[in-house]
Amino acid sequence: MLRAAVRPLRASAFSSSSKVQQWRLASSLVFLEHKGGKLNDSSLSAVTAAKTLGDTAGIVIGSKADVDGVVGEAKKIEGLSKIYTASSDLYAHTIAEAVAPLLADFLPSKSITHLFGAHTAVGKNVFPRVGGILDTSVIADIIALESSGDIFTRPIYAGNAILKVKSSDKDKIKIVTVRTTAFDKTPIGSGDAPVEEVAEISSDSPTKYVSEELTVSSRPDLSSASRVVSGGRGLKSLENFNTVLDPLADALGAAVGASRAAVDSGYADNSLQVGQTGKVVAPELYVAVGISGAIQHLAGMKESKMIVAINKDADAPIFQVADVGLVADLFEAVPELANKVQAAKA
Amino acid sequence: MRPTLPSLIHVLIPVKRSIDYAVKIRIASDGKGVDTTVKHSMNPFDEIAVEEAVRLRERSPKLVTSITALTIGPPKATDTLRTALAMGCDSAIHITTPESSVVEPIAVARAIKTIIDRGVGESKSDKVDLVILGKQAIDDDSGSTGGMLAGMLGWGQGTFASKLEIEETGNVKVTREIDGGLEKIQGKLPMIVTTDLRLNEPRYASLPNIMKAKKKKIETLKPEDLSLDFTPRLETISVSEPAQRVGGGKVDSVDELVAKLKSAGII
Repeated sequence: MLRAAVRPLRASAFSSSSKVQQWRLASSLVFLEHKGGKLNDSSLSAVTAAKTLGDTAGIVIGSKADVDGVVGEAKKIEGLSKIYTASSDLYAHTIAEAVAPLLADFLPSKSITHLFGAHTAVGKNVFPRVGGILDTSVIADIIALESSGDIFTRPIYAGNAILKVKSSDKDKIKIVTVRTTAFDKTPIGSGDAPVEEVAEISSDSPTKYVSEELTVSSRPDLSSASRVVSGGRGLKSLENFNTVLDPLADALGAAVGASRAAVDSGYADNSLQVGQTGKVVAPELYVAVGISGAIQHLAGMKESKMIVAINKDADAPIFQVADVGLVADLFEAVPELANKVQAAKA
Repeated sequence: MRPTLPSLIHVLIPVKRSIDYAVKIRIASDGKGVDTTVKHSMNPFDEIAVEEAVRLRERSPKLVTSITALTIGPPKATDTLRTALAMGCDSAIHITTPESSVVEPIAVARAIKTIIDRGVGESKSDKVDLVILGKQAIDDDSGSTGGMLAGMLGWGQGTFASKLEIEETGNVKVTREIDGGLEKIQGKLPMIVTTDLRLNEPRYASLPNIMKAKKKKIETLKPEDLSLDFTPRLETISVSEPAQRVGGGKVDSVDELVAKLKSAGII
């Protein structure tokens, strides 16, 4: 054991070809997340990742009303071979302490080789607990996988390095969360997967749900928004932050984000922070307003499909990554842009 | 259920020494890791965990009996423990590992469980009631240790906490950051809590406290003392640079910018 501790990198064995064969028969299960009686879009990215390995089923877990509400939609997801459902009051609000034991019992009973889910707040809460119960690693936030089923690619150091790992046989079931922006969403279309009910596992959860406060906003949630308008120190005040950014965000249908400098200066709430210690986003469009582009900020948004930067400093590092840069006073350019975007839509 | 009378809470805070968040990391020449000959510090989310434990005691001095910091890492990780002690932890446990070894979250969770099963304090007889961990380490970004530990122990979990309240009855109320808002849950000690950025603003250790921390006790253990197996289950095939973005140049006016957005199908 001592030797194993000293030479950890050499310890893993190469898998034989027979093992590769085994993974071709992979049977994947996707944890289909839902909220308020609707399937969560992010799970559809997890379905796409899972299907690269072969046979894929889905599981919907929740209160009876929630499960009944989304199972019709789940059946239609393209290419799923089966939908399992587990409904109980215990599973309402996806309490990890109740849902994880069910999954930990279900996976081995159906010879599931891979459990996939989205790397969302729910996935990040439930999957590690399943791993703990099954004594199995969690491979978090993957951006790619190989069809052999044991090689996964994931960002580390807030996306400043890309790690490719091979999972060993010690982890019999691969428990994987998927970065949703890295995989297309499988469409909900003409699928008609058979539905099978799974019996409830009675587990007395040591915690219970009390309440939730969802941010009431006409704007999309920052983590999952397809468009983000972010402000930095250049906005100079809390008041400017709102009055300058809001019209543009509204015109684009975008969520609002902020740099750490803006948060630390009190211009924006902590929850809006994009970057290494805040949220990592990868929208279709990221508009950086008055943000210089420190590496900590870039780490949180550089996977965006299109980056637009508006900054009066022509040498700001943000221009090195921006697809479209405009050197201008943001207090003039942003209102003008908001008006013209609005006009273009009309 | 464990007795949860006042002045019985023993808090365990696992902390990780990681590359300082402000360092621009470089890929190691062998392509199997990153250059680690750079500034390290305590994982920022773990600082929040230490701060929360100390604040818990400041708010209700009778409630919290002891705060123990724990780290699993190379000899240099002692610095991280000293920081935790200077911030207000009472004692520390260091499970030492070789400099180059990677200890995966599952092994860390198992090691923490082993310490919890053994007990903390002078006589190792104090039962841990509350473990506060960071929601993720900023090096491997896995974010799974807290949940795994909770699953192994069968304890309740309050992950991504932005508010933590503990009553003298042992009731725990946690406000959690979820996608799109906040969720409140309620549980009982013993419990696992993981910290989100908004939970608090960690203090700086004062010079007198740094001096005092040098006198506090660190128990040093080897993995084999606890029969722990840190053999990785994941083999690193490669660590590489992310694809570099190439900027697309500048435009001269808002109209040109609007035209670019139009041609990209955005508007």
